[in-house]
Amino acid sequence: MSPMLLALPVFAPLAGVGMVLLLSRRGAGSAGAPPRIARAVGWGVTVVVLVASMVLLTSALDGDIATLRLGGWPSGIAIVLVADVLGALMMAVTSLLVLLSLVFATVTGEDDGHFVALALVLSTGVYGAMLTGDLFSLFVFVEVMLVPSYVLLIRSGGRRRLAAGQRYVSVNLLASTLFLAGVGLLYGVTGTVDLGELAGAARNPAAALATAVVLLALGIKAAIVPLHSWLPSSYAVAGPAVVVLFSGLLTKVGVYALFRIYAVVFDGDRRWLWIFLVLGLLTMVVGVLAALGERSVRSVLTFHMVSQIGYMLLGLGLFTTAGLAAGIFFLVQYVLVKAALLMCAGAIEVRHGTDELRLLGGIGRTEPVLAGAFGISALALVGVPPLSGFVAKLKLVQAAVAEHQYAAVAAVAVVSLLTLVSMLKLWNAIFTQPEPQPESQPVTRPGAGPSTEATIMVVPSRSGPILPPADAIASRPLLLAPAVVLAGVAVSLGLAAEPLLVVCERAADGLVDVGTYVEAVTSP
Amino acid sequence: MTAAIIVGLLVAGGVWFLAQPGLLRVILGFVLLGHGVNVLLLASGGLDRRRAPFVGDGAGDPAALADPLPQAFVLTAVVITFGVSVYLLAILRAESVEDPDVSAADDMDETDEPRAGR
Repeated sequence: MSPMLLALPVFAPLAGVGMVLLLSRRGAGSAGAPPRIARAVGWGVTVVVLVASMVLLTSALDGDIATLRLGGWPSGIAIVLVADVLGALMMAVTSLLVLLSLVFATVTGEDDGHFVALALVLSTGVYGAMLTGDLFSLFVFVEVMLVPSYVLLIRSGGRRRLAAGQRYVSVNLLASTLFLAGVGLLYGVTGTVDLGELAGAARNPAAALATAVVLLALGIKAAIVPLHSWLPSSYAVAGPAVVVLFSGLLTKVGVYALFRIYAVVFDGDRRWLWIFLVLGLLTMVVGVLAALGERSVRSVLTFHMVSQIGYMLLGLGLFTTAGLAAGIFFLVQYVLVKAALLMCAGAIEVRHGTDELRLLGGIGRTEPVLAGAFGISALALVGVPPLSGFVAKLKLVQAAVAEHQYAAVAAVAVVSLLTLVSMLKLWNAIFTQPEPQPESQPVTRPGAGPSTEATIMVVPSRSGPILPPADAIASRPLLLAPAVVLAGVAVSLGLAAEPLLVVCERAADGLVDVGTYVEAVTSP
Repeated sequence: MTAAIIVGLLVAGGVWFLAQPGLLRVILGFVLLGHGVNVLLLASGGLDRRRAPFVGDGAGDPAALADPLPQAFVLTAVVITFGVSVYLLAILRAESVEDPDVSAADDMDETDEPRAGR
């Protein structure tokens, strides 16, 4: 297999962006390329990346880790791209998610040419961050991911978008500055930023401290409590498709990099694992408690996001093959389930003009498909058998018991229960409770009412995102299709978890014993 | 030693600005902080024990010449910090032009306000 395949995920989306921008119409509001061309390019490129990552994953599972040294420089100077099992698996999941959110953006009417272009640049950064074998390139790829996200957030947000955008950009800029400082310190101590040469470097206390600065910066990006408060406040204003894209990509890159860097540079040092365990438990509990108090669909779901990151940290904190495999399995299924939930929330928001719980109600009777998709994905997130979340949490609990971390076992159970409580609250408020009085319901179904209502529809709610005009919203089955597909995936990952579990265990093996990864990065 | 003092001063100034109210001061803080980190990155190449290449007697032992890798890092980092700072300035501008009544000051209130305006 040609190692040039590794360059594809980084260069194909950028080439696609160039194509979209070249084809864009000049003037006339400059809404980018004609949506149909932009859409075709975006979908096509992402499908190509998905196929490429599947090929890379298969080859990594066969023990052949693909490596590419861009520019032909020797190792240590070249930009190294490596696809081991973990990297290829993450890339496959994220490219699937990018594809689904592009489809979802089409049905919610958010995908003008600029959306597609920005989403493709963002995905380039994500793929690059998952493939790169050195820390400075990781910094650059994370920035490539973040810069379009700044624009996407502010483009799609409601009236609060500027305030939220300023907080989001500031926090991320601070984290990036910290990251860069950590990379600089590490280079000063060790004279390299190449992950292969840095393997086990944390045995030197100065290098360990420098790496800790990098890990702290990644902790901000992964929204670990107490560094999480930027996430709910900024995700609450983004458009429905934008938030699906963000949820699956931004914090997950932080989590992935934490796994990778701790495994390689610290060589899974058991002395510091308690930090991840404590932070993981704190993140789980704080996130879910905050979600209980929220009063709109989106904000409940974004606080759950914080809570779920705690579960993945727990996997890292155990640092056994079983624990890491459970953490990775959790991450993979969570990305898909969360996207399904956010797509349901987005469908409600687009259809009803709001996602505030007190303004919703009685949707269960009129929209059984939406209720079904939401119900299945909510139960999967909670971890009810036989859905995917159950397998993930079961594996996590088994790994925690094997390490005698009974506090973690208790926390997994209690937090799952609290997640169920907040999901029931959402379920009751949206689907079963009677519809609120018409005068308190500001917007009826778009396009159905008289023209005054259609104009109200365009005025953004005080905190919510700018919703696309009613005529841009696709018909009912299409709007729900991506969420239904993902709910189906949640069921099938629960019923037939074995293949993915095997892959996750191989990925975890690669983290526990980094020898093969290091060899792949450093070998000429 | 000079580099360490410069980094210290820039970071101290940056943190002081970040702690001040107002987006403009936050942006200035980030500019200073960014410069501080860039100097740190440059210093990680070993400024005190290496000489400039190509000038003077710079043709000698390559191990004694300036390390080009941190310089390349700094070039990349400067561009990114600069771009994001300008974007923050654009947010500041848009805030004052477009929506004077909605600023960071009143985005603390969450959902309790009446929706009578709709």
